[in-house]
Amino acid sequence: MTIAKAAELLQAEIICGEERKNEEIISACGADMMSDVLAFVKDHSLLLTGLVNTQVVRTAEMMDMRCIAFVRGKEPSEEIVELANDSGIVLMKTNYRMYTACGILYAAGLRSEGCDQV
Amino acid sequence: MSEPIRYVFQVDGDDFMSAGTASADVKKILRQLGFSSDVIRRTAIAMYEGEINMVIHAHGGVAEVEISDVGVDIILRDKGPGIENIELAMSEGYSTAKDTIRALGFGAGMGLPNMKKYTDEMHIETELGVGTTVYMKVLAK
Repeated sequence: MTIAKAAELLQAEIICGEERKNEEIISACGADMMSDVLAFVKDHSLLLTGLVNTQVVRTAEMMDMRCIAFVRGKEPSEEIVELANDSGIVLMKTNYRMYTACGILYAAGLRSEGCDQV
Repeated sequence: MSEPIRYVFQVDGDDFMSAGTASADVKKILRQLGFSSDVIRRTAIAMYEGEINMVIHAHGGVAEVEISDVGVDIILRDKGPGIENIELAMSEGYSTAKDTIRALGFGAGMGLPNMKKYTDEMHIETELGVGTTVYMKVLAK
């Protein structure tokens, strides 16, 4: 699935990295605890989170994630957007809550690949 | 690379939001040196967890990184309170982090287990009231 398609499904606004919207994402992960995100390694993935701080971008950067979707209409600060731009990470925001946002993408075929169960 | 390359980073303990800067720099350096994505990612994650730990628990510290053809050696030194029970600290889900840290997305008790998981070697030296040093190695092959 492309980032653009994920954004369309989530009725999300792309905040930065618009030029990368046609890149593919192969898996997704929903979490508010970055410690948990760091426990799973997966390329080219999308992080859905309700947490809004610079460490969300740092975490995605370390994990080689391509895109972060902030749920529940959360708005990232300029500092967060700047760091995402520097790291080449696409940011988007959706008004859906976490459960629904994950459900929409899952139903559309985007899976969590390898970290369904611990 | 004929000679190992050494870097020293100061990890600022006053600014949680800037934590991870050293790890991001190391990641860029490893990419420029042509290391595999697996080695780069494992190093970045392990060091990032270490950096976060130093900021959360020890008011910052120093990260020393040595890169050679063999791989990456990371030494994280802090002058924090030390770890009372290493075995307990190494178990998944155990954390002494405060709720304020959890609200920032960390302190789930996965830091040290993750560092062990992503590195080829890791050991900890700690003394209560003196500080903690974490040694990690990620092999290139």
